[in-house]
Amino acid sequence: MATNGLARTLSSLRPAGDQRPWPRYAAEAALWTEIGQRLGAGEGDLLALWGEPQFVHLALRAPDLVKPCVVSIAVRNGQFPSIGRYHAPAIRLERAIHDLYGHVPGNTPDDRPWLDHGAWGLSAPLGKRKRSPLRDPAEYKFLRVAGHGMHQIPVGPVHAGIIEPGHFRFTVNGEHVARLEQRLGYVHKGIDGLLIDTDIETAARIAARVSGDSTVAYSFAFAAAVEAALDIEAPPRAQALRGVMAELERMANHFGDIGAICNDASFVIAHAHCGIFRERVLAAADQAFGHRLMMDAIVPGGIAADISPDGVRTIRTMLDDVAPHFAEIIQLYDDTPSLQDRTCTTGIVGKDLVAKWAAGGHVGRASGRDFDTRRDLTYAPYDKVKFDVPAFTAGDVDARVWVRIREVEQSMRMLRHWLKAMPSGSVRRKLPVTRKAAEGIAMTEAFRGDVFVWVRVADGRIAQAHARDASWFQWPLLEAAIEGNIVADFPLCNKSFNCSYSGHDL
Amino acid sequence: MRTLLLKSLFARPVTIDAPSPEDAALAEIGRELEKRARKLFGRSLTIREVDAGSCNGCELEIHALNNAIYDVERFGIKFAASPRHADVLMVTGPVSKNMKVALERTYAATPAPKWVIAVGDCACGCGVFAKSYATVGAVDKVVPVDLHIKGCPPRPIDLLKGLVALMDKATAS
Ligand code: SF4
Repeated sequence: MATNGLARTLSSLRPAGDQRPWPRYAAEAALWTEIGQRLGAGEGDLLALWGEPQFVHLALRAPDLVKPCVVSIAVRNGQFPSIGRYHAPAIRLERAIHDLYGHVPGNTPDDRPWLDHGAWGLSAPLGKRKRSPLRDPAEYKFLRVAGHGMHQIPVGPVHAGIIEPGHFRFTVNGEHVARLEQRLGYVHKGIDGLLIDTDIETAARIAARVSGDSTVAYSFAFAAAVEAALDIEAPPRAQALRGVMAELERMANHFGDIGAICNDASFVIAHAHCGIFRERVLAAADQAFGHRLMMDAIVPGGIAADISPDGVRTIRTMLDDVAPHFAEIIQLYDDTPSLQDRTCTTGIVGKDLVAKWAAGGHVGRASGRDFDTRRDLTYAPYDKVKFDVPAFTAGDVDARVWVRIREVEQSMRMLRHWLKAMPSGSVRRKLPVTRKAAEGIAMTEAFRGDVFVWVRVADGRIAQAHARDASWFQWPLLEAAIEGNIVADFPLCNKSFNCSYSGHDL
Repeated sequence: MRTLLLKSLFARPVTIDAPSPEDAALAEIGRELEKRARKLFGRSLTIREVDAGSCNGCELEIHALNNAIYDVERFGIKFAASPRHADVLMVTGPVSKNMKVALERTYAATPAPKWVIAVGDCACGCGVFAKSYATVGAVDKVVPVDLHIKGCPPRPIDLLKGLVALMDKATAS
């Protein structure tokens, strides 16, 4: 892999903005396109691609760059050169930029709307903001699938269970799925818009609700991005407690997912036990931090309140109680061939695809992409604790289950470490007010993968911000995972991904 | 596998020694709920959940009602896959404009008599997403709402209390 090409391209760019901790550069059309081509050739990972009224920004990471960086391009005549044309993972992001800001990705391979379903009465709500007639939401050109004996199954947006809404269009041949096409955007709430010119406290509450199941990871990333922009650090005790919350959140979600996957294979006993484990974690979180999901517990500058006096003991007791029972359930999972019959070799995602999409979390790590933000773009408190990053190569539902199982074990290990050696001192510091605009970036590892947050702070307020969920780079791979599988295995595949709708739709 | 199954058979139900301090309250509320549902429907109560733009936090807590600790099925409450089988719609989220039509259609597909509960601050109109170009702002701006349960998200026990209140309201009218 000729990786130094990308570094060379980047070295010829002018620095732009006052951004920490990653540099930001300004690019003109030719070099911007060259970066797109290099990403397409596999020289680096696309981390995020987002807009603001006059610019489009792209965050990337490459093996031979010391740090990831951001490249910005000024929008000219309402256009910017498409990255998606060379690097497919950018396509949905560009469609979203077009819907929100009206910037047209030049020569894009896919100019269909994505988040805009014609229901806002507005076009480009964050850009030129023009009135626009309502469209029939069903008016959407799905890709054509042709072939003998093919028929379609439309599913959603309202699904059968207690889950988020989205539309899946299956084209099947008998029982086998020939193609799945997703249509998302149903829960678009206008989060990027709500974050514009907002006081930091309100913005933090919004960021905490990008995806409720990852509220800790989002609050964490948002706080870290604001702190980076203001060039401050949270107190050591707050850092350790952030780690505690993040790992509790990971455990709770992984328990929920492992159980739900087993349930979709009709293995109800594992589901029942995992449900109890999850409930125990939430109850401990509630006692320790005053909220079952720990919403708004992490704030820019530290954490909202210190752990309750009996919080450490409560969490430790929970760990001691849950660990042996969890071990039994893993054993059961491992010993039940009828269950493995469903999970093994089902919904395989290839190594090349997870690499191209830079898919994070269990989706990447089950298919040989050995990346974890906590280790590879490390941040406090993970820089001072020992943990392993479990990775597998089979790429099937089973591998995605095992990633979660092993991660729960690592979370327990980290929790025990922090609970034993908790730094003392304050848990929150005041934020300085800076006149000059400064930008901050942070990535944290949520249970489903990397969460990316960028903020621009000026006059003690958020001027502009953007959050990118891991799901953006996982949803498209679910379309690939189900290909050639039977329709009945879709719930299983879908659960094993467990992508966020809200985190994606924003 | 066999040992675990046997153990599960002879173990005390976890619903009794749940970690929640509200556990006595849980059983109490559950019984109240069951009584009312029987009186009102002569049978159990079926709920259909609709996410109308939630952050998914509310869904997590509604989901928890089904786990072995809250286990609402023992009180005769179950969640249906289709609105056609539902007595109650539990709606979450600030009603994203992109979900408005789907919510209206789900409501229309639910046979009368039917009740709607707006679950969570967003659905009640006081959440963080209420004032956006992309949201309607509250569930009662789209379909008639019989009960509001606030919280971000409401705890499972609050959801149960809400169901009891709804039954009372329905019996009274
Ligand atoms: S009320 Fe809170 S938890 Fe529920 S959908 Fe709204 S933001 Fe999420």
